[in-house]
Amino acid sequence: MNIEQTMSRKPPASDPVASAAIDVAHLVKVYKATRAVDDVSFRIARGSITGLLGGNGAGKTTTIAMIMGLVLPTSGRIHVLGFPMPEQSAEVLGRMNFESPYVDMPMRLTVRQNLTIFGRLYAVPNLTERIDRLASDLDLRDFIDRANGKLSAGQKTRVALAKALINEPDLLLLDEPTASLDPDTADWVRQHLENYRKSHNATILLASHNMLEVERLCDRVIIMKRGKIEDDDSPDRIMARYNRDTLEEVFLDVARGRTRESAT
Amino acid sequence: MSEIAVHRGLSLNRINAMVLRYWYLLLSSWPRLLELVYWPALQIITWGFLQNYISQTSGFFAQAGGTLIGAVILWDILFRGQLGFSISFLEEMWARNLGNLMMSPLKPIEFLISLMIMSLIRLAIGVIPMTLLALFFFGFNFYAIGLPLIAFFCNLIFTSWSVGIFASGLVLRNGLGAESIVWTLMFALMPLACIYYPVSVLPPWLQVVAWMLPPTYVFEGMRALLIDHVFRTELMVDALVINAVLLVASFSIFLALLRSAKRNSSLLSSGE
Repeated sequence: MNIEQTMSRKPPASDPVASAAIDVAHLVKVYKATRAVDDVSFRIARGSITGLLGGNGAGKTTTIAMIMGLVLPTSGRIHVLGFPMPEQSAEVLGRMNFESPYVDMPMRLTVRQNLTIFGRLYAVPNLTERIDRLASDLDLRDFIDRANGKLSAGQKTRVALAKALINEPDLLLLDEPTASLDPDTADWVRQHLENYRKSHNATILLASHNMLEVERLCDRVIIMKRGKIEDDDSPDRIMARYNRDTLEEVFLDVARGRTRESAT
Repeated sequence: MSEIAVHRGLSLNRINAMVLRYWYLLLSSWPRLLELVYWPALQIITWGFLQNYISQTSGFFAQAGGTLIGAVILWDILFRGQLGFSISFLEEMWARNLGNLMMSPLKPIEFLISLMIMSLIRLAIGVIPMTLLALFFFGFNFYAIGLPLIAFFCNLIFTSWSVGIFASGLVLRNGLGAESIVWTLMFALMPLACIYYPVSVLPPWLQVVAWMLPPTYVFEGMRALLIDHVFRTELMVDALVINAVLLVASFSIFLALLRSAKRNSSLLSSGE
């Protein structure tokens, strides 16, 4: 009955849609009268880290949820790792993973039990070694046999990150990955994400309200407002365009409706 | 060149992983284990004494020894089978873990199969002690029914899964505000499934409805066996056919509700 198949990873095709990690075209999500995502298009290159910025209700989480297949778009198309979503999700779900404050790990299960279950769901080979490696990399060893519900917020975030990395994903989607972490732990998590991207040539798309985090991590920033893309470029070029020294100042300009021209 | 797994087809590994997840949960929580045994035990003791009392005052019940206790145990298989299925599903909603599962390679059918396996495990934990209590207190050996018991059990568990799949789909679509459906839906079948009385008691138009429900065939079959000592195979075959239709229908409805939940973002906001 177990007919999981193993196949060679295909080299990037010359087709730009197939070679992109994520290709989103004219994506729209309408809830009754509200256009939560309004004709959004972007393409994210493999091996890059992209930040999705925007105030509450800007459409970041809905966009990420549509890429993950948790929310169906009203219209538009999504390709992940070259495959259309959600039609061919079976081809890519094992190669991607995510962390989000909208979901939890089962509280009564220990960290090791949770990682074992998710490792099995993702058919991770040599699972025991993989869990030991993650426990070492993410400093989980002191509480790996403790119930998830008895961990501090910072420990839970590290466990959620371990779950997101259990299958060594090619594509990692992160929604507020360092929310509720102290500055030291948050910095440590960011360092780990950078290292992971470099060592695995992974693609990371993260939604964050932490502008310093985005400045430090991201090659590219997509700013959303009221469901539309307001700006899309490297952090340096965006800051230059708004004549600002920090992304936080740019964020405030966008949130308060100050245009690039009036900000300069 | 590295190797990647493409998750096509059914996977026993993923089903095992989900069963393991619920098994860990059961073992981590003694109130969950106690709850499985507590109500069935109370049920059988209460109804067993009632059967004893009635059989002392009624010639019919003295003759048809065990029909009441047998009906109580079979009803519990039906009801607890559905609860065992649905509570495992609710555990994911309570834990806010559904998003993790839905974005993993786990397929809906694998998820449902793991819930079916858990309903059998939970049922065994609750009903086996119940049957032992029936034997110890009232001298009713449930297993003496013999091979027909397999037909009764299969038909009841299939119905319980159909109801469980349907109820879980409603909660998936509507959030935990619809949780009460899980606890009460099976009781809607209770008057029509003719658990404690024959179908002939119902008015003719209700009998037509009753015969659309597989449990009706099982309880009629049980009475035929315990009172007339006849195993009515045709009743079990009819029930099996209706169960097959119900299982296919409930799975199709579950998939439609899952799709609707994805359209409405219910998977991200699974609260009230």
